Amino acid sequence: MKLLTGNELGSGAVTWWTGNGWSIHVEDAVDVGEGGESILHAEEGARRVNAPYIIDAIATPEGPRPAHIKDRVRALGPTVRPDLTLKPADPAAGDWII
Amino acid sequence: MVEFRYRDDEVTEQPSVTLDAFLDQSNASAVRLEPDDDARKLIPFLDRLTLIEVAFPKFRDGRGYSSARILREAGYTGELRAQGDVLVDQIAFMRRCGFDSFAPEGSLNPEAVERALSTYDQYYQKAADAAVPVWKLRHG
Amino acid sequence: MYKYDNYDQAIVDARVAEFRDQVNRRMAGEITEDQFKPLRLMNGLYLQLHAYMLRVAIPYGTLDSRQMRMLAHIARKYDRDYGHFTTRQNIQYNWIKLEECADLLEELASVEMHAIQTSGNCIRNISSDQYAGAAADEVTDPRPWAELLRQWSTFHPEFSYLPRKFKIAVIASPEDRAAMRLHDIGLELVRKDGELGARVFVGGGMGRTPMIAPEINPFVKADDLLSYIEACLRVYNRYGRRDNIYKARIKILVHEIGADEYRRQVAEEFAHVKTLGIDPPLAELERISAFFAAPAFDAADVEPDRSDPDFAVWLDQNVKPHKQAGYAIVNISLKPIGGIPGDASSAQIDVMADLAEKYSFDELRVTHAQNIVLPHVAKRDLYAVWQALRDADLANANLDLISDIIACPGLDYCSLANARSIPIAQKIATRFADAERQRDVGELKLKISGCINACGHHHAGHIGILGVDKKGVENYQLTLGGSGAEDVSIGKITGPGFDEDGIVDAVEKAVEKYRELREGDERFVDTYRRVGMDPFKEAIYG
Repeated sequence: MKLLTGNELGSGAVTWWTGNGWSIHVEDAVDVGEGGESILHAEEGARRVNAPYIIDAIATPEGPRPAHIKDRVRALGPTVRPDLTLKPADPAAGDWII
Repeated sequence: MVEFRYRDDEVTEQPSVTLDAFLDQSNASAVRLEPDDDARKLIPFLDRLTLIEVAFPKFRDGRGYSSARILREAGYTGELRAQGDVLVDQIAFMRRCGFDSFAPEGSLNPEAVERALSTYDQYYQKAADAAVPVWKLRHG
Repeated sequence: MYKYDNYDQAIVDARVAEFRDQVNRRMAGEITEDQFKPLRLMNGLYLQLHAYMLRVAIPYGTLDSRQMRMLAHIARKYDRDYGHFTTRQNIQYNWIKLEECADLLEELASVEMHAIQTSGNCIRNISSDQYAGAAADEVTDPRPWAELLRQWSTFHPEFSYLPRKFKIAVIASPEDRAAMRLHDIGLELVRKDGELGARVFVGGGMGRTPMIAPEINPFVKADDLLSYIEACLRVYNRYGRRDNIYKARIKILVHEIGADEYRRQVAEEFAHVKTLGIDPPLAELERISAFFAAPAFDAADVEPDRSDPDFAVWLDQNVKPHKQAGYAIVNISLKPIGGIPGDASSAQIDVMADLAEKYSFDELRVTHAQNIVLPHVAKRDLYAVWQALRDADLANANLDLISDIIACPGLDYCSLANARSIPIAQKIATRFADAERQRDVGELKLKISGCINACGHHHAGHIGILGVDKKGVENYQLTLGGSGAEDVSIGKITGPGFDEDGIVDAVEKAVEKYRELREGDERFVDTYRRVGMDPFKEAIYG
């Protein structure tokens, strides 16, 4: 599957295209198939996202898992500061990245 | 098209020729420098040039800033025009390097240009403009 | 320390207003990200993996307590309660919001600080020796010269769109604590016939093509310096490569045309530039130098009481001799075992500020090894300083030992990285956690980069580690024999790379081989230089 991701212009937060908007949770991301480019241009033009790009991901029961480690780090947070990730209460959350 | 001009004299109507063409012949009074042209080749002819256009095909390519200073340092007093991918936030630097007219490819907001040119009152270094550097203000 | 006058303050204030306007135009859609990017970069604002990252300049690594407290305040108010000190003596914040950035810069400007030219293809923050003004071996304090260069390079109209970034370091001691020859321009201040001047080295750097800067001029007089540097930069701006980002640094130009030809071109340009009157009078260097006059040293020369064994260990490892009897230089290691190299919490930053104010004539320094220095501590106060540091988890007695690791942020934070650096640093430090073992190994500079850009200085590590991406999996290459000091050298790769645990084992094997082979008081790098790569290779791969 393919996901569309980028950052919020004002806050810089990592965001994922959900089909009708943006979420900071990769679990909410939807497969954009071959239609990613046109969404990307429209959303970037409207400044609802900054520096967007399309990535490969694998569908899993827990939701989409980005194919590249860099995007998994983006999706969760720094592996060396679990307290600053999106799942600070889950000590095993970092295993998802590696 | 020249959008911003900081000179009182008449605009040169003559189209500018390339550096090679100029050096080959010519009695042209307007010449265009590409980023990799050596501005120093024009030094023997400065008194008969009324316009030197310096091309900025990409705003990131800063060679034209050195070309401008070299020409002003050699005593050129004619129009020095920055043409091409010229952005609002570059114009103040370009003015300091000696450019006195601008022909940006995209249209620039005149208010933004005015704001950019009036942001700084003081400059640390001596350049090709008339600004007195801070060290000279400190020591007279 | 340098204090802004009205001119300096007006320029920094104007920059805040200008950046606020640029941010507003970006938020309103008047400029594209492509156009905004070089503008925000020239103000140190990156878009990294998780958020915007702001790099704040700490000119030549010198701070007072008020500025240090401001760094803590910024961490608390605009970030997530910590900051990261970098190899170019700056500090980075990892979670900055674009919409708050101008307010942040306004607060910084209130304590004479800024983020000007901490990124982008311009002249970056000038770095220097963290022991400046305190080292016994310096011919003069290099910081006034660095400040002169800071002012000259700030918003330099000709050199703001260079082919690539440009880094300058200034030192004034034969011992190089600033990796001077691995900079685009390295200056070593020297005295010749009683007169001060600069040895000029051009074309050093790390990255994918590491090079040691050759000497381009053995002596440039103080009142010619800016003209000479301007000539160096103009030749680069005109002829540095712009066709390939990987070949755009000045080191490639100097290498391709040769040091002799580069020197000739600079001499020719200098002969012209010198006629333009761009050099300030010597009175300006004197004005700046007055701010760096030695503090009023008055402490008696007493040796500290060594009866507390933990204190004695720290004293021997982290405290260095001062040029003034009765005083010492205190190094605060930001490398706790298992911690993140260079990170400090806002509370720790405040503690260091308090100690500087109370015990170090209100001065702190940031080092290129990502540590902090209290440059002027009376020996009678060392125990009190150590106790306060210990209570804040800042008394790690590992300066220059194997756990005093330089590491870039790596793939945990950086959008350029190919592999994580910090976890490797943590694992190696933990493997060598035994303090006596570390001290037995002695000086060993271990440096880790998470990509070929080499922000973690791996080329200059006695042991260097480079993280690469091997088909989507993190992989680590090992180099041996580098140095960023006066014995500057570029490390050589040992062979095939390793996974995360493999690289820790490989480092340990290399260290054990050294312990077996060393003679007398040889350091790791000395033994390596004497015996060569083969015994190490065999130990690691055999």
